[in-house]
Amino acid sequence: MVLGMGKDVRQRIAKRAAKEIKGGMIVNLGIGIPTLVADYVKDIPVMFHAENGILGTGPSPEKGRENPNLCNAGGFPITSVKGSSYFDSATAFAIIRKGLLDMTILGALQVSEQGDLANWIVPGKRVPGVGGAIELAEKAKKVVILMNHCDKSGNSKIVHSCTLPLTAEKCVDLVITDMAVFSLNKSNEIVLEEVYQPYTVEEVLKKTDASVRLSKNIIMIS
Amino acid sequence: MTNENKDNLSKVISIEEAGKKIVDGSTIMIGGFGGVGNPPSIIQQIIVNGTNELTVICNDAGFPNIGVGQLVTNKSVRKLIASHIGSNPKAGEQMTEGTLEVVFSPQGTLAERIRAGGVGLGGVLIDIGIGNPKIDGNKEKVTVGDSQYMIETALTADISLVYAKKGDEFGNLIYDTSARNTNPLVAMAGMITIAEVEEIVSVGDLHPEEVVTPGAFVDYIVKSEGVNWSWAWEKM
Repeated sequence: MVLGMGKDVRQRIAKRAAKEIKGGMIVNLGIGIPTLVADYVKDIPVMFHAENGILGTGPSPEKGRENPNLCNAGGFPITSVKGSSYFDSATAFAIIRKGLLDMTILGALQVSEQGDLANWIVPGKRVPGVGGAIELAEKAKKVVILMNHCDKSGNSKIVHSCTLPLTAEKCVDLVITDMAVFSLNKSNEIVLEEVYQPYTVEEVLKKTDASVRLSKNIIMIS
Repeated sequence: MTNENKDNLSKVISIEEAGKKIVDGSTIMIGGFGGVGNPPSIIQQIIVNGTNELTVICNDAGFPNIGVGQLVTNKSVRKLIASHIGSNPKAGEQMTEGTLEVVFSPQGTLAERIRAGGVGLGGVLIDIGIGNPKIDGNKEKVTVGDSQYMIETALTADISLVYAKKGDEFGNLIYDTSARNTNPLVAMAGMITIAEVEEIVSVGDLHPEEVVTPGAFVDYIVKSEGVNWSWAWEKM
C-alpha cells in the first residue's frame, strides 16, 4: 500500500498500468495500487491469477454477498469469472514458477537503474517476510512496478543501486510512478518514457537518484 | 491409525479429543492463507487447553485476532515457519523481542516443501532466490543439465490441521473456493492429520470425482463450530 498518495493519483497509475494488459493474458496483481488495475480492464478478456489458488478472479462482490472463503491473496473478498478455476497453493506457484504468467504488477520499496527490485524488507523497521514476491519477480514474463516516486522522506525510490535487501536482480521491465513512466531496456538501462504534467522532464530527473536515459520521444501526459 | 479391526470407516472425534492430540512442544502444520482456510475450532481448543511451546508451519501468521494469528497473539508459538508475517504485527513484535523464532521460505517454495513432506520426498530442487543472501544462505546446490538448483528440504509435522468444506466419515475432503489454498498439501504432510470440516457426510455421499484429498491422508475428522472471528474486510 502506498501511503500519502491521493486517490486520483493512485487511479491514474492503475489506469496507466492497465494499458499494458492485452487480451488473452494471464496476469497477477499485487496488493495496494496493483489491485486497482482490474477496474480498468473490464472489457479485455484477461485471466487474473491469485497466489492463494485462483485463476480468473473477478471484481469485488456486492456488500452482503461476500463468500469469506473466496478472497484474493490480500485477503479481500472477490468473485470469480466464467472459465475460472480453484486449486491448491502448489499449483498456484506452479503457474508462476513455470513461467506461465504474462505479467505481474507489483509495488516496490526501491528499483535500481538496472532493474533490480527491493520490495520486501526494511532492515530494523519491518519484518514481513518475502511471501510470493521472489517467484513473481523472477518468473513472470513481464514485471511492472507501481509506486510513489519518492519515499515519505522525499528520497527517490529509483536508485543507482538498491540499499534494501533485493527481491530479485534485473527483473523489472516497467516502472510507473506518480510522476513518470520508465522502461528497462535490454542493456539494463532505465529509460524515461512518459512524464505526467504538470511535472517536467527536469523535475522528474531532479527527483530521480539514478542514471536515466531519455527516450527519443518522451510523451507528456496531461 | 491402529491395526484394530474396525467395524466402520468412521474417523469422527470431538474437538476436545482433537485438542488433546496437540501437546506442549508439538510441531503442527496448519492449512490456510491469510486466515482463510485456517481451522477455527481446533485453534480455539489449543488456546483453551493452554498448549504452548508449539512449532507452527503455516503459509503466514494470519491476523492478530484471526486464525493461526490467534495462536501467535496468545504466545502459544515458539517457532514459526512461514512465508510472511506482514499481516500480524504481534508476530513481528515477538520476533523482535526474541520470544518467537521465525524462519521464512518463499511462498511457493514453502508450498513445495510441505508437498514434498506429504508425498514422501526428502526435498525439492528449486532455483527461486538462488544467490539471494536472504534465501540462499548455504543451501546445498545441485546442477541438473545446464541449470543450478538449491535443495529445499521437506517439511513434516507431528500433527497437520486442515479446514475443509465437506468431509465424509472416512476423511475424503472437498474444499470451498480459495479456502483450499495450502490445505490439501498440509493434509498430506502430518504424521497425524486432523480435518476440521463444515459438514460431515456419510461414506458414499461424496462423488469420487470431486474428492480433492483422499481419506487415506486423514486420521481424524471433527465438526467445525465455524469461524469465531470478524474478517478484516468486515470492519471496513
